[in-house]
Amino acid sequence: MFGYAGRILRIDLSSGAVKTEPLREEVAKKYIGGIGLGIRLLLDNSEAGVDPLSPENPLILTTGPFSGTIAPTGGNGHAFVSKSPLTGGVGEAKSHGFFGSEMKRAGYDAIIFENKAEKPIYIWIDDDNVQFMDAKHLWGKSPQETETLIKEELGDYYIRVAAIGLAGEKLSRIACIINDRTRAAGRTGMGTVMGSKNLKAIAIRGTKDVKVAHPEEFLEFVKMLHERMKGPATTKYRTLGTPLNVLVHNALGALPTRNFTNATFEGAEKVSGEYLNERFVVRIVGCSSCAMRCEHIAVVPEGPYKGTTVRVEYEPLWAFGPNCGVDRMDAILKAMELCNYYGLDSLSAGNIVGFAMDCYEHGILTEKDTGGLKLNFGNAEAMVKLVHMMARREGLGDVLAEGVRRAAEKIGRGAEKFANHIKGLEMTGYDIRGLKTAAVGYAVSFRGADHNRHGAYGLDLKGTVDRFKFEKGRSKLVIEIEDLYTIIDSLIICKFSRGTYYEGFEDLAKYYTLVTGISMTAEELRLAGERINNLGRLFNIREGFTRKDDHLPPKVMSTPIPDDTVSKGSYITQEELDFMLDDYYAARGWTREGIPTLEKLRELGLEDLAYIVEGKLKESSGKEVN
Amino acid sequence: MATIHARKFITADPEKCVGCGVCEYICAFEKEKAFNPLKSRIRVVRLDSVINLAVACRLCEDAPCVAACPRDALTQSEETGIILVDEDKCNGCGWCIEACDYGAITLHPDSKTVIICDLCDGEPKCVEWCPEEALDFVSKDILAQKARITVVKKLFQEAIKSLS
Repeated sequence: MFGYAGRILRIDLSSGAVKTEPLREEVAKKYIGGIGLGIRLLLDNSEAGVDPLSPENPLILTTGPFSGTIAPTGGNGHAFVSKSPLTGGVGEAKSHGFFGSEMKRAGYDAIIFENKAEKPIYIWIDDDNVQFMDAKHLWGKSPQETETLIKEELGDYYIRVAAIGLAGEKLSRIACIINDRTRAAGRTGMGTVMGSKNLKAIAIRGTKDVKVAHPEEFLEFVKMLHERMKGPATTKYRTLGTPLNVLVHNALGALPTRNFTNATFEGAEKVSGEYLNERFVVRIVGCSSCAMRCEHIAVVPEGPYKGTTVRVEYEPLWAFGPNCGVDRMDAILKAMELCNYYGLDSLSAGNIVGFAMDCYEHGILTEKDTGGLKLNFGNAEAMVKLVHMMARREGLGDVLAEGVRRAAEKIGRGAEKFANHIKGLEMTGYDIRGLKTAAVGYAVSFRGADHNRHGAYGLDLKGTVDRFKFEKGRSKLVIEIEDLYTIIDSLIICKFSRGTYYEGFEDLAKYYTLVTGISMTAEELRLAGERINNLGRLFNIREGFTRKDDHLPPKVMSTPIPDDTVSKGSYITQEELDFMLDDYYAARGWTREGIPTLEKLRELGLEDLAYIVEGKLKESSGKEVN
Repeated sequence: MATIHARKFITADPEKCVGCGVCEYICAFEKEKAFNPLKSRIRVVRLDSVINLAVACRLCEDAPCVAACPRDALTQSEETGIILVDEDKCNGCGWCIEACDYGAITLHPDSKTVIICDLCDGEPKCVEWCPEEALDFVSKDILAQKARITVVKKLFQEAIKSLS
C-alpha cells in the first residue's frame, strides 16, 4: 500500500501476545484512518456495555494515510480512541508533534492495546520488534521525565514517546496522554484508560520508508499548500495564535466567564493573545513536516511562578483564565504547565476549578470541604493549588478528579446546576448561549462538549447567520462542517490548516489519491465523513445513549447572559433545543429519537451494524403508532 | 585560497529554524525517492522545544572525516568542497562519523555506507523548501558579511531611523 503502512498491530498486555494483521484496502478507504478507523476498530473489538476502565476496553492508537510523509500538518498526527471513562460513549483525542510519523515509519496504521498488564510497564516498539519493559522506576514520573528517561535507557535520542503522568496512574477521569513533551491527546480521558491498563508509556522508533503513490504530483500539491500556508488562511496561527480569540469573543459577548456566569470578562486585556505574546511568548516552533508552525512557547519571566514554560492555546488559557475569573497570566501558565506535568486534560481541569469556585461562591462547598482554600472566583493561587490536589487526588481534589459530572453528583446539594458538561465531557471556551448554530453542534457531538467536532461557531462569530436565532434547515450547515471535520480528524491533518484546502472535499480527495493511489472523489470522501459521524453515533447508541444525551450545559439553559453586551439576554430553552434536535436529526436522516435508519445505514455501507439500531427502531416506531 | 572561502554550504539560522524537519523529508525524497528522515543528508535537532537547528556538512577545510577514513573512501572535491563517498570502498566502519564534530555524516540504514550532503549540484532542495527560510546556501565570507551588517544595524538603530 502507499501512504498506509498496511498493518495493524495487536498487543495483548496481559498475555504478552503480539501479532500483526493486514489493513484491508476496502477498510482503509471506508474509514480513512485516525478517528474513523479507530472508532470502527473500537466497535469491532469491544462488547456493548464494557466498563471503560476494565481490561476489556481496548485502547486504540491510529495514524492516518499522510503520517510520515511531507504532507504539511498531515505528516505528524495520531489519535487515541477508546470508550471514554468520562462520557461512557466514544472517547477520542488527537495529537500532533513527531510521534505519529515515527509510528508510521515503524510500519503501523493502528495499534490495539488489549487487556491489562499485571504491573506497570511501557511498550517499546522498535520497527517489527515489540518489547514489554518494566516501568516501576517511571511510575509517578511526569510524561516529560518519562520521555527523557526512556530515551536515556534505550540510548536513542530519536525515539518518540507518548506517556501518562500521575493523573493517569491514579485513574483521574480527565487524564490525557502527552507526546513530545508539550503535545496532548487531551480530551475524553484517554490517559485514564491507559492508566487502567498499567501502561505508562509507548516508545516508538521507526526506520522504514513511507512511500506515496504519485510522488511528483504529490510534491507539487504540497508545494501549493506551502504557498497557501504563507497566506491569510493561517495568519492567526502564525502570529498571535489561538489566544487571539480572547478579545474577539469578549467583544462579541461570547467569552464564558466565571463558569458561564458572564459572557464578558473585565480582565480580558490581561489574558489576551496580545498581552501574552508581548510579555511571555519566547519562541514559536513547529510540528514535524508543518509549513506554518503555531506552537507558541511561553515562559514566565518573574514572580512566584518564574521559569514556568508551557505551550499556549486559547482553550486552556480560557479554562484557567476567564472561566475561573483569573486575570493573572503567570498563574494561568503555571496551571497549564502543571496539567502537562501531571498529564491532566487542561481544558477539563480548568472547567472543574471554575465549577468548584462556583460551588464555593454559592455556599455548596465551604472551607471545610476545600481544606481551607478560599475558592472565590479570581483566586489565582488557590486555582494552582487545586490543580495539584486534583492530580494527586488529595482532599477535595479526589472528588474533582472524577470529572465535573461525577463530582457534582458526589457533592450533591444542587451542585449539578453548576456542572457545565455535555455527556459528561467538560465545556469549551465558546459561550453558546449566544452562538445558536454552534449550540446544536455541541449538543449532538458524539464525544460530548466540543467545538472541534463541528466548528459551527465560525458561522455564528463571522455573522454568516443570525447567531441569536435558529431557523429550520440551519442544521444542514452544521452537518457540512461536521462531515468535513470528521475527515480532517481521520486523515489526521491539523484543523489549523483547514483554510488552506480552498476546495474542501475536492482538494482533500485529490490529496488522498495522490498519497494512497486509491481512487477517491469529493463525494465519496464526504460520504466517508458522514459514515464516520454515523459510526460515532452508533457506538453511543450501542452504549445506551438516547436523545436525552444530546443536551446542553445547565447554565446555557438556565442563565440568560446578564452582561451589557450584544448577546445580553440570550440563552437556550428546552423548547428551542428540541427544535434544533428535530431539525438536525431530520437533516441527518435519523428518526426523531436520533437513531440512524436502516436505509441510512445501507446508504453508508454500514449494514453490518444494523443490529445496534434494529430493536430501538421497532421501539420508537411502536411509540409513534400509539 | 580565495576559492575555499567562496565555497558555499548549507547553514541554518537558529532564530528562524522551527524544527519541522521539512528539510529532512525533501532531502530523503530528492536522494532516495522515499520519505524517511534516516536517509536525509541534513538532520534536525530539537532540545526542549525552544532550541531547534538543522545541521548539514560544513565543508571543513582539511576535512577531518577524509583524514579519518582508513579505507580512503572519502575525498574532498577541490572545486566545491563537498565530501565524495566511494561506496565501493566504504564499509560503514564509522571513523568519519566520529571525526565529524557536527554529526553531519550518517550511516544509510539500507546500504550501510555513509551519506553526506552533496549540495544537490548547487541547487539544494532543502533551501528551496524550507518554509521558514531558515536555511541558507552561503559561503563563510558571506556569512561573516551578513553578521557584520546585522550587528552594525543593531548598534546604529537610532541613526538608521533618523535616516529614513
